Amino acid sequence: MTTPHPIASIVGVLIVALSLSAFLIWVERRLLALWQDRYGPNRVGPFGLLQVLADMIKIFTKEDWIPPFADKPVFVIAPAIIMVTVLMSFAVLPVAPGIVVSDLNIGLLFFLGMSSLGVYSIVLAGWASGNKYSLLGGLRAAAQMISYEVFMGLSLMGVVLLAGTFDLTAIVEAQRGLWYVIPQFLGFVLFLIAGVAEARRLPFDLPEAEAELVAGFHSEYSGMKFGMFFVGEYLGITLISSMIAVLFLGGWNGPWLPPLVWFLIKVFAFLCFFILLRASLPRMRFDQLMSLGWKVMFPLALVNLLVTGAIVLAKR
Amino acid sequence: MMLSVARQPGTPSTPTATIGDELRSLVGESAVTPQATADGIPTFWVAPGDVRRVLAWLKTQVVQPYRMLYDLTAIDERMRTHPQDAPASDFTIVYHLLSFDRNEYIRIKTPLKEERATIDTVSNLWPAANWYEREVWDMFGIRFDGHPHLERLLMPRTWSGHPLRKDHPARATEMGPFQLPDAKQDAEQEALRFKPEEWGMKSGRDGQDFLFLNVGPQHPGTHGVLRVILQLDGEEIVDAVPDIGFHHRGAEKMGERQSWHTYIPYTDRVDYLGGVMNNMAYLMAVEKLAGIQVPPRAQVIRVMLAELFRIISHLVWYGTFAQDLGQLSPVFYTFNDRERAFGIIEAICGARMHPNWFRIGGVAQDLPKGWDGLIRDFLKYLPPRLAEYDKEVMQNWIFKGRTQGVGTFTKDEAIEWGVTGPGLRACGFAWDFRKTQPYSGYEHFEFDIPTGTHGDCYDRGLVRVEEMRQSLRIIEQCVDNMPEGPYKSLDARACPPLKDRTMHDIETLITHFLGVSWGPVIPPGEALGAIEATKGNNGYYLVSDGSTTSYRTRIRTPSFAHMQMLPLLARGRMIPDLLAILGAMDFVLADVDR
Repeated sequence: MTTPHPIASIVGVLIVALSLSAFLIWVERRLLALWQDRYGPNRVGPFGLLQVLADMIKIFTKEDWIPPFADKPVFVIAPAIIMVTVLMSFAVLPVAPGIVVSDLNIGLLFFLGMSSLGVYSIVLAGWASGNKYSLLGGLRAAAQMISYEVFMGLSLMGVVLLAGTFDLTAIVEAQRGLWYVIPQFLGFVLFLIAGVAEARRLPFDLPEAEAELVAGFHSEYSGMKFGMFFVGEYLGITLISSMIAVLFLGGWNGPWLPPLVWFLIKVFAFLCFFILLRASLPRMRFDQLMSLGWKVMFPLALVNLLVTGAIVLAKR
Repeated sequence: MMLSVARQPGTPSTPTATIGDELRSLVGESAVTPQATADGIPTFWVAPGDVRRVLAWLKTQVVQPYRMLYDLTAIDERMRTHPQDAPASDFTIVYHLLSFDRNEYIRIKTPLKEERATIDTVSNLWPAANWYEREVWDMFGIRFDGHPHLERLLMPRTWSGHPLRKDHPARATEMGPFQLPDAKQDAEQEALRFKPEEWGMKSGRDGQDFLFLNVGPQHPGTHGVLRVILQLDGEEIVDAVPDIGFHHRGAEKMGERQSWHTYIPYTDRVDYLGGVMNNMAYLMAVEKLAGIQVPPRAQVIRVMLAELFRIISHLVWYGTFAQDLGQLSPVFYTFNDRERAFGIIEAICGARMHPNWFRIGGVAQDLPKGWDGLIRDFLKYLPPRLAEYDKEVMQNWIFKGRTQGVGTFTKDEAIEWGVTGPGLRACGFAWDFRKTQPYSGYEHFEFDIPTGTHGDCYDRGLVRVEEMRQSLRIIEQCVDNMPEGPYKSLDARACPPLKDRTMHDIETLITHFLGVSWGPVIPPGEALGAIEATKGNNGYYLVSDGSTTSYRTRIRTPSFAHMQMLPLLARGRMIPDLLAILGAMDFVLADVDR
């Protein structure tokens, strides 16, 4: 197989990631509707598929409003941060053999670093809005980040130990025989939970919490600035689903079907799982999230790391 | 406490003749004047100076005390035309107390003169009196000495006049055109400026400012136009002050303009999730005043529709409670179920949320053909759905984590604050007015009173969920045992009267004509009609001056008392808990503000 030109990879990943996350808005609304005994968007185009397009036109033509009490530069930069950090993470994501923008040998660390930076978007947006609800949302995001980032990183160290590398492509290659979801099941569960928190989805959508904080950190945003948070959220879900597929489900590995199809199937399955979570679970309180993170998840991640390390050593 | 609950309905309660004697021995023979009322509630006039002492004695010292301040209101007596066997009074303060041991109310009245409309507060006796007294100040301009925070409650702070005084206009057209000159606008704007001290809050502690957060009046978690001012330390709630009155529509004032009959649709809109249940409380008071007997078939139809509305109201609560805690789906399921129940309501009543279906002396029409089939289908349909929601909501561990141990109050606190309904039963107190003071034939039905043990948000939920099952039981018994007979009283004042004989004799025709055009004349007197409504005890205290309209319509609503308790439940908790507490309270803003 020939490796595509880097520019082609960049453009390809960018287009696919963005259109996938836009498409995901439609998928989520239809799936939620299905699970909630209603129709969802079904008027614009076949099966309501063009709803996203209509929304896009609307959101691009809206007045670009910045509240007078907001901290203007920060208010403008905040939504860009989330888009940039998530899209940067896609750069190290190996989609199929040879299809990767940048095959970094520290790809996993790069991903973790970018996801930590992404939280700044939420915190800064909450702060810069000059709105108390937004501020509380931003504070919650900061508290949430501190609670889950640690065990998120730790939960992946088992995979790193088994594969012996931070290189995502090499990690996928190492799963040719056995997907890491089996030897690293605990790590998989921990990362999945951390991923939900990372994507700020129910039951961990505390910074947004529309029933409590109205819309939390993005209460004051409208137009495409709001749209960037919105798309950023779906990009985030796509990214987390892709990372789960890459790290635990063998990435593109699979029989019969082409690697790219396998990868997309795995990603899509997790996307649906994220939406199902939203359709079924209530929200946790943020002190409950913190105690879950520190008192349950963090020790479990350490245990997972210790046991994996011991086994790897013993096998030597 | 449990003794009175276990007592079979129908047995006479504790002899009440003695309470008057005991009162006399306390304040003196001449200082207590009994008054006969249409509802049989022992009613006594005492002098304003004695009120506090009498109430304190009734609450704490008398055998089988009256522990709950059920209602506190006033009557502007200045326009009375019909003489009453009572002390002369310009403004009468009326206290309704409830004794659970006796299973009985007592009504204490005290006369005030217009020039000295002041009385001692009882808010230090019952914390619940705080809002009731503020409401009386707001509506009647009667001052309460020693009240900690005597400010307007329902009307805007800039309002001039006291709306429930008889000389206050009832309609916009009586008030002259509305004008908003700049000076007035500035004054109104200035009055809206938030000053923590005006709300009884501090602006800071140890040199640190608190964060004040307005939750509402426009907020997805408040279920309507409620404003809760939160005083925050981080996300911890230091104090919470509910600001009510946004939904105030003067329902009580309207009662003084509408005929006894035409007021019924207004009651529908008080607890707007309770539909015909509101009609029932109001009509019970009217029927007591007029001495109209409701035929058995009408009684059973009333019970059946009321229980259906209890289910409808609880379904709304169920879905929105889950949604308040972030669970997005149940609200769609329960609203679907509610639509089905509304289908039945529509088939019987012709309308859905506000059917305005009960009439003085019965209901508006007989049941339509095929009504029993519709209800039987629903009886089969709902239980499996409820079982599903149990799994999805009540047994969900995150849901339990969010509600268990949150917003807890004890039975004693509940009684102090005037809590009735599921909130009271969640504390383990099996008090249901359908059982303890049966009305409309509830004594003939078999059903259980679900109770909780912890008095927290979760138990309040459990009680309501089980109540839906019990309501289904009652409805089933209604379908199985629907008596034959007239759907409305044959009394000429039943409104509109039955038309059978109008074409046969002139007397009936004239009565019919008058009943329809002016509305019936209800004999002078006063009566309280109180029911176990969807959210607690809903009571209509009506005073008739022997005319075609009510002289005073007092609506005692459960949500008002429950909302007043919010600060107590919210202090020291976090913002998400506030939503759990509000959700578990199950209030309706129109029921708070009227």
